[in-house]
Amino acid sequence: MTAEQILFLLTGALILGSALMVVATRKLLHAALWLVAALFGVAILYAILQASFLAVVQVVVYIGAIAILFIFAVMLTRREMRDQGQQTRTNWWIAALLGLLILAGLVFLILAVPGADRLPAALPEGLDTVRALGNALVSPEAYVLPFEVASVLLLAALVGAVYIASVGKKD
Amino acid sequence: MTFWNDPINFIANWLTGLLTGWGVPDLWATIIEYALGITALIVFAMVLDILLVWVERKVVARFQDRLGPNRIGPFGLIQPFADIIKLVIKEDITPANADKVVYNIAPVLAATSVISLWAILPLSSRIFGVDMNVALLYLVAAGALGTLAIIMAGWSSNNKYALIGAFRMVANMVSYEIPMVIILLIPTILADTMSVQGITQAQSGIWFAILSPLGFIIFFISAIAELGRSPFDLIEAESELTAGFNVEYSGMKFGWFFASELLHAFTFGGFMAVLFFGGYGGFFGLEKVAGFGWLTNPFVESAVFLAKAMFGYWAIMWVKYSMPRVRIDHMLAFNWKFLVPLSLALLVTTAILHKLLIVLPTWQYAVGMFASNVVIITGTIEILRAHGRKQRKAEEKLSPQPVKN
Repeated sequence: MTAEQILFLLTGALILGSALMVVATRKLLHAALWLVAALFGVAILYAILQASFLAVVQVVVYIGAIAILFIFAVMLTRREMRDQGQQTRTNWWIAALLGLLILAGLVFLILAVPGADRLPAALPEGLDTVRALGNALVSPEAYVLPFEVASVLLLAALVGAVYIASVGKKD
Repeated sequence: MTFWNDPINFIANWLTGLLTGWGVPDLWATIIEYALGITALIVFAMVLDILLVWVERKVVARFQDRLGPNRIGPFGLIQPFADIIKLVIKEDITPANADKVVYNIAPVLAATSVISLWAILPLSSRIFGVDMNVALLYLVAAGALGTLAIIMAGWSSNNKYALIGAFRMVANMVSYEIPMVIILLIPTILADTMSVQGITQAQSGIWFAILSPLGFIIFFISAIAELGRSPFDLIEAESELTAGFNVEYSGMKFGWFFASELLHAFTFGGFMAVLFFGGYGGFFGLEKVAGFGWLTNPFVESAVFLAKAMFGYWAIMWVKYSMPRVRIDHMLAFNWKFLVPLSLALLVTTAILHKLLIVLPTWQYAVGMFASNVVIITGTIEILRAHGRKQRKAEEKLSPQPVKN
């Protein structure tokens, strides 16, 4: 087993374990912190794949913005942030069965992809992935249209948020 | 390659030879070397941190017209060690009903977020942790972990003041991150790369602080906000929150927060040097003149870098001990209504002018970039003045006229 595989297995265990704790813990804020751990694990996966930009953006966006706003919202909502109720429903075994089926389907699909059982090849020396990504985002042959559509969508959301926030003032 | 030209690689090669001579496999030799390198870097940062305690206390004393520590050792230099002994032997208190695990992780995470920044800090062209092509985003990511540490500390302490401090921290960080990220794009555009080595080398002719003085000012302000130092020290606010998020921490756990705050300020001084003042280089081409080749020696470069970083740290302290604390609504309004639009305008101007002027000779390019910044600053000041005048007129109209007798 190569060092890369050991790292991958450890990271996978970290992600799955944290993800399990997100739903299993009774304290809401602990769930948010376990979610941070799971998201950080995904960032490590990107780093193992040499996708440095994605790894860093994963931390900036998911931990720096989304998870922190989650925690902020959780801290503002209730004083008693513990869930006392039963943690499972009566139909939990159907959900577990469905989950296993989906997992089996995913494994089957991934194994059908040629080269899925090989280790990733090392990136060629001197390849600037950030520059390549930037060029792809604004190149008409690549992703300029989805990129612009997403920008317009975000702009619309921004304008909408400003509108909602400013309506109260006029009353 | 000798020790004086390339110390780190020299030691690494020597170690590789030694370890493989002992029959250690190549992979393990590499792992051992990296582990030793990381430990050495962290030890260097932490030893520097001990010195910073003394610098901070001495400088604040000077700003407040006092002498500062002067009893233990020459100039009070041994004072930090006395401080550390005091912190270590203090009773370690965990508040009742505190969330113990989170409470204990928070100080470690705070220190981690700062020390991880040292991975990308280029001490010299041949002494650095890693040269990433996403270094500037990494800077923002490490800041996010610091925020997380403060939230965890504030929440797990089971103390209202600590929680209010944590709330303020989130409002502060989420807002001031935006102008900071926008301004980080300016060195990126000017140097055409996000790697700190590339940015440093791009400034060997001319500092980015000259090409974009306004960018530096905005970065300076948002760095102070990110550090949570005065005038943005609402997270601690001794007079209203006693000490904010770290009020319940005692002994060395408080020490970790304190040490990471000092080291964070120094690290941001270093990033100011890297992004706007040429980092370890930036001698305006002097190193290429015959007789000045020694300027590119890694030890000279490290000394230059540390001196520039120390100056940045001193400037941060200068602001901290001269400015009163701002109110939270003022702080947020200043960010959203002033800094964000201004930095966006600056970014657009810089991006367009850089592409247009880069074909000109260097001095014309520099004058053009500098002039554009001056125009933006003047325009902003004029708009603010007009706005202030309008508000004053409105106030005068509302308030009753003074009675003449």
